[in-house]
Amino acid sequence: MGYPHPPHPKETVVLSKYFGDAEARTFDGWVKRGGYEALKKALGMTPDAIIEELKASGLRGRGGAGFPTGLKWSFMPKNDGKPHYLVCNADESEPGTFKDREIMRWTPHQLIEGCAIGAYAIGAETCYIYIRGEFTEPWKVMTAAVAEAYAKGALGGNVFGSGKRIDIVLHRGAGAYICGEETAMMNSIEGKRGNPRIKPPFPAQAGLFGMPTTINNVETLSSTSHILTRGAAWYKGLCLSNPKSTGTKLFSVCGHVMRPGNYELTMGFPMKDLIHDLAGGMRPGRRLKAVIPGGSSVPIMTAAEAEAALCDYEGIVEKGSMLGSAGFIVMDDSTDMVYEIWRLAKFYAHESCAQCTQCREGTAWTTKILERILRGQGKKEDLDLLLDLSDQMTGRTICVLSDSCAAPIVSGIKKFPEEFEAYLSRAKAPALAAV
Amino acid sequence: MTGSTHAHADAPHEPVFVGKVREQLDALFPKYPTKQACLLPALWMVQEARGWISPAAMAEVADVLGLTPAYVRGVATFYTMYHLHPVGRHFIQVCGTSPCHLCGSDDVLKAILKATGCGELGATSADGRFTVVEVECLGACGFATPILIDDDFHDSVTPERVAGILARYP
Ligand SMILES: Cc1cc2nc3c(=O)[nH]c(=O)nc-3n(C[C@H](O)[C@H](O)[C@H](O)COP(=O)(O)O)c2cc1C
Ligand code: FES
Repeated sequence: MGYPHPPHPKETVVLSKYFGDAEARTFDGWVKRGGYEALKKALGMTPDAIIEELKASGLRGRGGAGFPTGLKWSFMPKNDGKPHYLVCNADESEPGTFKDREIMRWTPHQLIEGCAIGAYAIGAETCYIYIRGEFTEPWKVMTAAVAEAYAKGALGGNVFGSGKRIDIVLHRGAGAYICGEETAMMNSIEGKRGNPRIKPPFPAQAGLFGMPTTINNVETLSSTSHILTRGAAWYKGLCLSNPKSTGTKLFSVCGHVMRPGNYELTMGFPMKDLIHDLAGGMRPGRRLKAVIPGGSSVPIMTAAEAEAALCDYEGIVEKGSMLGSAGFIVMDDSTDMVYEIWRLAKFYAHESCAQCTQCREGTAWTTKILERILRGQGKKEDLDLLLDLSDQMTGRTICVLSDSCAAPIVSGIKKFPEEFEAYLSRAKAPALAAV
Repeated sequence: MTGSTHAHADAPHEPVFVGKVREQLDALFPKYPTKQACLLPALWMVQEARGWISPAAMAEVADVLGLTPAYVRGVATFYTMYHLHPVGRHFIQVCGTSPCHLCGSDDVLKAILKATGCGELGATSADGRFTVVEVECLGACGFATPILIDDDFHDSVTPERVAGILARYP
């Protein structure tokens, strides 16, 4: 398997610098490229000093919610005598997102180093990395790298002679999108069904095995080593627009573009350039119709909104959507929006853990309604019903899977009403066979 | 980790957690504060050894972890990757979520169903060689269409490439 493209001149490569460089996968190769210097430096700092550095860098969570990482780490209790845990979220199941996979495949030690820094900073001796079951190749690469890190003293009872214990345990998922939600992940590691938990208590109070826990995304943890070696000021300076969005970020681009892939950009980069320049733009003769920028769980953007947006947390909100996990699903003018929205609703219906009524019933019911519209059997009142259901599905459940299903539906009806009308008025031939 | 073992639902249960597999499980216990946390790994070990997870195997897992068979079943059924019925020698997962659908995953799926002789989703081919399922996003949307055959990941699969790929799985 090949594929990482040579960096585009407009990319700022930090995390992805060694993608495609097989030697960087080995411990010695990583050390030769400056690896593990940050961990050694961290072990000579106080946990508080590390947390302050992260706060100053402006790093925000790359898993979807964008919560400030330093602040999250500072919530962990101090001197409470309890075991603390770090959980690394490598479940990457959000449609459109495929960046954590590449970090693990190409630079496993970048992640291990980040996990070790995180564990030390929050007072944890154990970090569980939860890797989705389908990621067989990242799993193999990570397994080999963790074994090597132990053999070289970067993990274990006396990390680099510091007297500190840091263990990393790889835990394999088994097929469940919902286990990417942080509390569902904790249940899954504990050997339970992956049902999200009601908060509070928050993970920093009572998380994995009931103990204070911090959970971070693969990309978030991988960014920490660079911040420690190059400094918070450097990271904060990587910002093209809003000072609340700093650093570089991997943007996964897929769908109807000529060059799908991961592009590492400074926060605030114009989305228009990302889609039309870096990702190669549309296929010949095609025009951009829509983009879902945050993985599939956020509102759909029209071409005009997307082309005017800046790629950072605030820039995308300003144009009506959210950055989420930065998996850009690009759709050209050949796309049947109703069909794709149905396929997404079907995804959420399949993945609902079924604890909450609004989610269990709502995801299934909206899928059925969209399906009947596509079969040419839609009713005039179906759009109102979809909007009403979506409203009931938003902000009322234990986790936001239900909201995520509603987001593309509501924005799709609002922004592409004529496509729904075409099916409802029978002007358009059914996309699905009638039953 | 291949699905190469073909067991029958009615065969008597041979214990899984003996010898090497038992050692593998024992080596995991110190990594978690509870035995229960080894449930997902233990189910994976069963599937690797037997190709699927039978009710008798679930009872065995319950026994070694100090849980009840009903509890183990409740957890196993939550996760889509555990086979609770025997499957073909090679298990094929094809992504069908929107990003891949935009890039033609439907045609890939059709080509695979035809070439394997499975005909429909979830069915095993008459020769016992293949079972094909459509799955949700495999986290590789930029390399559409991705498929998993047993533990092997294949990306950028097109209908034209299907025959050549399947030939590697006798
Ligand atoms: C339904 C659902 C699925 C999620 N899936 C993922 C995922 O696959 N990977 C991930 O990193 N975060 C995922 N999250 C977000 C996590 O709950 C959590 O916010 C994140 O891992 C925190 O890490 P960060 O602060 O470093 O971003 C998901 C959230 C929800 C509600
Ligand atoms: S949608 Fe197919 S891999 Fe993500």
